[in-house]
Amino acid sequence: MSAPGAPLAVLAELTHRCPLQCPYCSNPLELERAAGELDTASWQAVLAEAAAMGVLQVHFSGGEPTARKDLEILVRHAAGLGLYTNLITSGVLLDPARIASLAAAGLDHVQLSFQDSRVDGGDRIGGYAGGHEKKIAVARLVRAAGLPLTMNAVVHRQNLDHLGELIEMALAFDAGRLEVAHVQYYGWALVNRAALIPTREQLERATAIVVEARERLKGRLVIDYVVPDYYAKRPKSCMGGWGRQFLNITPAGKVLPCHAAESIAGMHFENVTERPLKEIWQRSSAFERFRGTAWMPNPCRTCERREIDWGGCRCQAFALTGNAGTVDPACGLSPDHEALLALANAESAAPPPPLRYRRIGDAPKMPPEPLSRLGEPA
Amino acid sequence: MSARVEIGGASVPRLPQHVKLRYDETRKQWVILAPERVLVPDEIALEILRLCDGVASVSTIVDMLAAKFATPRAEIACDVQEMLQDLADKGMVVA
Repeated sequence: MSAPGAPLAVLAELTHRCPLQCPYCSNPLELERAAGELDTASWQAVLAEAAAMGVLQVHFSGGEPTARKDLEILVRHAAGLGLYTNLITSGVLLDPARIASLAAAGLDHVQLSFQDSRVDGGDRIGGYAGGHEKKIAVARLVRAAGLPLTMNAVVHRQNLDHLGELIEMALAFDAGRLEVAHVQYYGWALVNRAALIPTREQLERATAIVVEARERLKGRLVIDYVVPDYYAKRPKSCMGGWGRQFLNITPAGKVLPCHAAESIAGMHFENVTERPLKEIWQRSSAFERFRGTAWMPNPCRTCERREIDWGGCRCQAFALTGNAGTVDPACGLSPDHEALLALANAESAAPPPPLRYRRIGDAPKMPPEPLSRLGEPA
Repeated sequence: MSARVEIGGASVPRLPQHVKLRYDETRKQWVILAPERVLVPDEIALEILRLCDGVASVSTIVDMLAAKFATPRAEIACDVQEMLQDLADKGMVVA
């Protein structure tokens, strides 16, 4: 087999520390403590390796990446390597001086999260009092500093009916782009699925709002829409395929094919402190495991969409069936698909349970039971 | 709140600061880097984008392309304007 092409983008999770406690956080249940984080020089070395192997973009993320005092140093370093630099932030730690110093360091773009359109919902879902108002101020400061802004709104049953208001906010902030991302159910979000999964009717209303707004706001606001695939006929092309375009580096330096990959039990992910990044990308067992189409079960193996959706999402297959190598239950051709739909319908129709907030050292012991126990054997 | 960029003959298009046209040495091709996007322009788009310097108007760009490819101006004017409008709607070009 020929060597895989180089990744286009790296998600650099600088830290798991975060003032917010969003119950759908994409970080793993077992969060890294500050003492385990790579130091500045190690991140600089990794960024240089990434640029040399053909990576074009780096997304500085977390946790909350601005919790790292060396963020400016890393942005400047990445920009100097010719990488396109994006900051994915909750914004609550930013002030005008910090924004100015990040802009001066060569930051290309800011993606700022909002948990709701309303103060009460935003502060409640983020688990951070005063956060919503702070974010509104930061959105304006980012634009005032001349930085382009994407507003990111993670949506679910508790805020989806405010989607129209979220779109208006993005316009008011002069954001060039709005990312409406339905929660994807791994890790913390899986623990909170029953509290977050929208009804099919809610989802259809939201989709109609996005379709209408895209047309109405053409040339003013680009809206990216990440759909929840529990109600889909075909799975999402997760990460554009395992180990094809994207890699994720954890605060401790582990290299993952996606941010949720550690949720798959029994996999070993190599560390940038122990092996060159390029080798990990090209040859490590974790990246080879689900790369391409050779690993696929039937019916994926002969599916005409096998190089479109690349078998969907391995983390989802594992979360729902206990087997990362099986058909993604989001696919209508999966033997688990009907059980998944039934589960989505049942959970979304029931009253939402209390949110389980994301806190370091507070990993829930028991994620939801796999689908297989509802019907099909694994 | 910004208004839609309408591309006309007199518009002077350029790439916004956060959209970068760059040669990718690894893949031996030109790429457009934008927020959470990497686009590979085709040859025609690349020719047009390289002329979007914030000085030349769309009309001038059409003149230059017509001369370079020895094509009647009328044949390409619409295509150039359409492509720039499409890029503007995606936030890749401002004027």
